[in-house]
Amino acid sequence: MSALFLLVIASILVAAAFLIAFIWSVKTNQYEDEKGAAMRILYDDSIKIKQVKN
Amino acid sequence: MQALSGGKETFVIERPVKEQQLCYHCGTPCITNSVTLDEKVFCCDGCKLVYEILDSNGLCDYYKFQNHPGLSQIKAKRFDKYDYLDNKDIAAKLIKFTDGNYTIVNFYIPGVHCSSCMWLLEHLNKLDIGIAESRLNFTTKEVTIHFYTEKTSLRHIVELLATVGYEPYISLDDIGKKEFKDFNRQRIYKLGVAGFCFGNIMMMSFPEYFSINTGIEGKYVALFRMLNLILALPVFFYSASEFFNTAWKGLKQKTLNIDAPIALAIIITFGRSLYEIITKTGAGYLDSMSGIVFFMLVGRVLQERTYKSISFHRDYKSYFPIAVTVLTDKGTESKSLQDLKEKDVVALHNDEIIPADAIVLNGKALIDYSFVTGESQPVEVPIGKTVYAGGRQAGEKVVIQLMKPVAGSYLTSLWDHFAFKKNKIQENKEKSIVHILSKHFTIILLSLALITTVYWAINDPSKIISSVSAMLIVACPCALLLSATFTNGILLRIFSANGLFLRNASVIEQMGKIDHIVFDKTGTLTENNKNIEFKGPELSDREKGWLYTVAISSQHPYSRALVQYLGKRDAVNVSFWKERRGKGLEAVVQGNEILIGSAAFVGVKEERENTAAMYAYINGKISAFYLIPGFRDGVAEAIPSLKQQYDLSLLSGDNDRQKQQIVSLFNEHSSLLFEQQPVDKLNYVAKLQNEHKHVMMVGDGLNDAGALQQSNVGITLSDDVNNFTPSCDAILDAKRFSYFPQLLKLSRSAQLIVNISFAVSVIYNLVGLYFAMQGLMKPVIAAILMPCSTLSIVLLTSGVSGIISKRLGLSLN
Repeated sequence: MSALFLLVIASILVAAAFLIAFIWSVKTNQYEDEKGAAMRILYDDSIKIKQVKN
Repeated sequence: MQALSGGKETFVIERPVKEQQLCYHCGTPCITNSVTLDEKVFCCDGCKLVYEILDSNGLCDYYKFQNHPGLSQIKAKRFDKYDYLDNKDIAAKLIKFTDGNYTIVNFYIPGVHCSSCMWLLEHLNKLDIGIAESRLNFTTKEVTIHFYTEKTSLRHIVELLATVGYEPYISLDDIGKKEFKDFNRQRIYKLGVAGFCFGNIMMMSFPEYFSINTGIEGKYVALFRMLNLILALPVFFYSASEFFNTAWKGLKQKTLNIDAPIALAIIITFGRSLYEIITKTGAGYLDSMSGIVFFMLVGRVLQERTYKSISFHRDYKSYFPIAVTVLTDKGTESKSLQDLKEKDVVALHNDEIIPADAIVLNGKALIDYSFVTGESQPVEVPIGKTVYAGGRQAGEKVVIQLMKPVAGSYLTSLWDHFAFKKNKIQENKEKSIVHILSKHFTIILLSLALITTVYWAINDPSKIISSVSAMLIVACPCALLLSATFTNGILLRIFSANGLFLRNASVIEQMGKIDHIVFDKTGTLTENNKNIEFKGPELSDREKGWLYTVAISSQHPYSRALVQYLGKRDAVNVSFWKERRGKGLEAVVQGNEILIGSAAFVGVKEERENTAAMYAYINGKISAFYLIPGFRDGVAEAIPSLKQQYDLSLLSGDNDRQKQQIVSLFNEHSSLLFEQQPVDKLNYVAKLQNEHKHVMMVGDGLNDAGALQQSNVGITLSDDVNNFTPSCDAILDAKRFSYFPQLLKLSRSAQLIVNISFAVSVIYNLVGLYFAMQGLMKPVIAAILMPCSTLSIVLLTSGVSGIISKRLGLSLN
């Protein structure tokens, strides 16, 4: 009895976690710009200010 | 060659150049190779300037992500045009948020195209310390900039963007999009919740399907049923809420809308399941209920798909400038369009649009009315004569005095026409077949329920409730509605893959009903500078190469046409090159003086009137190139195939000088009307509709806006779908015009697909009703029928749409 009971509860909780993850991803605009993130990952932010030649 | 000797603008190359190079910034072939910096060659000073700015700020990584990522800066820009951003009222409308200092603003930047663009636009804070942060949404091409007004200004930021080559498109009427986005989000959340609950309820219901409810396992049955009930609550109260809301709204207005039968089925299913579970008499139909809600929501999300970067709602305001320069006693002042009054004196610069009907006070007015009439030749307007709103100044600066307010002008008054007052989307929905069918469906279903009630009342009253409620559960119209929503959703995707972008799904059905197509001529079927007629002494290949070299670097449409006419050639070395606005090009190629441009510029007399022409001067030799309008690519194939199925008409704002050419393409039944004003076009479409025709209007410019709005389906043809098109129902990529007949055929097939899947869903409904009316409905039967009908409809619609599109030669993705 208790084994199955635990399994059922556990499976629903896992599924609920994914539901929450889904809602979170929509809420944080992750589906607003599908292409942008793939490009943003290419940046390496090592901006060097060029020395002004005199 | 006096042009060469005098003036500050000239520059002559000193060192010899070996080969032609590509501009480091934008990749355009460099003409003179004389604009250099850090051993890099640029096509023009504009590109060099951008490089200099980026280089001195350490932003040269810009050039690492892509080769030649920039946009050509060869076209000179005028910066005082952003004066209006200093005007607080205008600025306030653009700003999204401000606390007096910290400010957030959003810009749409049409030029964004690659990862370098993104990198630069997200590093704007290196160029202006007043900018705290900038972030680009690549899909919508919108950049959000956070800045401090104490350190920088809105105008400064826009000028910075324009300087580095990313000029934002600023318009005041793109407000109100946000609401729609939030609405879509709500639906996605609902879909997620419904999906989660549906999946878990299905899992918990499995024991019921296999009738495992005796012995030791029987203990769990009660637990599973309770869990199902708990999981069904969010579906009923949250996910399904929009069906209840719309159904209720319809009932209040005493109409049965599409959502009414769904809402009824959901309520009855839930009620009966609740009763069965609480009284422990059965498992209920919660799996079917959540399934219905889930699939209905999927269908709607598919169908309500929108194109993020395309706008279908533009009116004349999108074309007009936001503000213009007004000359007052105190000097010049930037005034927003709605503040303009009669008698205001306005300075109109090159390429600016006349905001309201006015008279010319001084300057040389050369007005291009192609927006308004479709007529392509600029007209010269003498001082004291009237110029009309919507015209574009093609020459240098001119001063005009407004005679009418902006909204009262000849062109803008078109928007006061009643055609613009009606709600086309709502009308289309009400005319929709699904809308009508669902009405009948509800009535038939209710009468069947009544018959069943009467039958069981006579024979076995204890079965009334169970059989009637089972009927209403099984015969939910969702299969019917799903067939329409899924077909539309899939077709929207196929259409957009083939360059036709629809405003919404109801347009598909309207397209299928079309029997008369009205075309605009100029800009839609024909392109102005399509062909060139040559006159003059025969040119040698060498001379053609020189002309090619000189013309290729110019963005002017005439130069483009000339390049196309000459064909692909090798560019040669140029030692001097200059573009003179409104006049032409001058260059020295291998020691030969070359001028290309207007008659006056080259120093000859205009030979033909009313014909666009350019002249070339090569070492004293004069030749003329006449620009002849020609059919757009694909038109010659598309029209003959369209005229077999549709009545065609052609309306042109132009005169009839091309009539012969057009008559050959259309047939004798087609009416060809010339010199049509925008209102005439609207009235012509309305006249056809009075003859009970379903009219499609295909146009391209503001002059077609009235007809596009009046027609059953208005399609705008555009070379760039992100460009500014008048309000319409669909936008067709001009490059895909040859597919137009096939796309129309597909829209006709849409009805067939809906009908087939409707027939299938009727069969499922009949089977379900057969069991339900006898009071034999078991949860397992409902559980099998429901997903089967849904799945088979999804497979059927996508399969049939795919096969039909393939047969028509359309691409699927």
